[in-house]
Amino acid sequence: MTAMPLLPTAFADFEPFAETWCLGTERERWDRRMSSSIDELQTFYDAVLPRVQEAIEYCDQVPLDDMPDDTVNLLRLIYSFVIVSFPVELWRQPYVPDTLGTSFDRISEPLP
Amino acid sequence: MFRLDARAMPVSERTHMARYPKPAEGSWTEHYPELGTDTISYEDSTSPEYYELEREAIFKRAWLQVGRLEQIPRTGSFFTKNIAATDTSVIIVRDGEDVRAFHNVCRHRGNRLVWQDYPREEISGTTRQFTCKYHGWRYGLDGACTFAQQEGEFFNFDRAEYGLVPVHCDVFSGFVFVNFAEQPSQTLREFLGPMLLGIEGYPFDQMTDRYAFRVECRANWKVFSDAFMEFYHAPVVHVGQHPSQLRAAITEMGYEAPHYQIDGPHGLITTAGSLHRVWEMPPENVKPADIATRSGLFGPWNKSDLGELPPGINPGKIQPWGLSSFQFFPNFAILIWEAGWYNTHQFWPTSHNTVIFEGNVYSLPAKSASERVGREMAAVSFKEYSLQDANTLEATQMGLEAGVIDQFPLNDQEVLVRNFHKVVGDWVHEHRRERLRG
Repeated sequence: MTAMPLLPTAFADFEPFAETWCLGTERERWDRRMSSSIDELQTFYDAVLPRVQEAIEYCDQVPLDDMPDDTVNLLRLIYSFVIVSFPVELWRQPYVPDTLGTSFDRISEPLP
Repeated sequence: MFRLDARAMPVSERTHMARYPKPAEGSWTEHYPELGTDTISYEDSTSPEYYELEREAIFKRAWLQVGRLEQIPRTGSFFTKNIAATDTSVIIVRDGEDVRAFHNVCRHRGNRLVWQDYPREEISGTTRQFTCKYHGWRYGLDGACTFAQQEGEFFNFDRAEYGLVPVHCDVFSGFVFVNFAEQPSQTLREFLGPMLLGIEGYPFDQMTDRYAFRVECRANWKVFSDAFMEFYHAPVVHVGQHPSQLRAAITEMGYEAPHYQIDGPHGLITTAGSLHRVWEMPPENVKPADIATRSGLFGPWNKSDLGELPPGINPGKIQPWGLSSFQFFPNFAILIWEAGWYNTHQFWPTSHNTVIFEGNVYSLPAKSASERVGREMAAVSFKEYSLQDANTLEATQMGLEAGVIDQFPLNDQEVLVRNFHKVVGDWVHEHRRERLRG
């Protein structure tokens, strides 16, 4: 764990995942998902799921265009939860079954 | 109406296909008698020679969508679009209220005019003028040549004769279209026709939260487009997007659209909204992440308030309405969803068996983190199922290229596929006849 926490103190229990999953773009999140094992994805998903709605409500307290860094990190961690939910809830493996011959790159997205 | 709950679904409803009335002729296909009901050949999708004909007959004659006005918000804003099918790159530039298109070629010695670092890649930006990287010739936003390096050294030279080569350009509902014909045989509005003009008034201009995707795939551009003109494949290719306990019932139920429409070369497929109302389903049949984000395969659950919408977005008056997928011939589609968002698909051939697939997901600007998370879930879902389509279509292309089958049956849910290949054939045929006539 880093010396300085990345996330709001209210979400200190997510801190062990912050360095791995607070990623700024979908491309980074996708790459992280694809290079993780399904067990790693499951562990992250299980840790976040019980408090994800609470985390979204926390982010809702500040405007999107004026978010403190720790809240932006929390939002990015929620995005990672979203992209990890598919392998955990549906595929039981990091990638979408029968799709290894192709890719579909996200080239732009709203920030944060 | 049926619920997506396998246990609650009576067997008769799961297996009986005619859930929606068909036209008086008995089928959507026979409602358009010029389509016929025969098997079709896919030679149009495996032949390099046929692709060469399509480039001339279709991509150099049809109006092609290249982007949105929001990409060029002020005077001097521009983007380039590379179109392999016409061997061109075009510059789209804003000058006050005018939107102009030019071939991206310097008039001096033919250098590609606007690019950065990689000549093959598209760029966007804002400029007062375009300056050629080779010999420094300059052009205004109106395309006029404003400067030729060492002008006095040329012979019989009049700079006014060396403006950029214009491309026909027009805008519909904020979508920028170009046409490479010397003189297009129809205006953009004539080409689009009443069905597509019917979506005018939808607030596309306000929906500026954009998630953009792109990939080059190894499939013919029509083989790729086909999969986005029918949902017959959805309960098979995409069934895994649903919780496992529902999958068998969804596949068994199959897919039926309540409304199809064909207007000139263009098509429309409407999907009913009964499956989209995920929040009405028993929670054990909904993915936990969908519940947490109040979003999923069909978009955010909290509907965006877009005000009153033009009736043309649901011309079949289907209730409950799910989405309308408007197919703009030859290679563009707009899908308008009941939940208040839309997405686009576009298919740019780069050879007879390769295609660039571009997808965009658009919404109103998110006002809060929870809205942004809902849009993220919709955008991630879009990628998960688009990957399933893209990979399957590479497999289809390989199967077709094996050349062992020369006729393929199409069912009534594939009526737009049938129409699409027929229209392509008609345009190619017409172009050949014109050439023979000289």
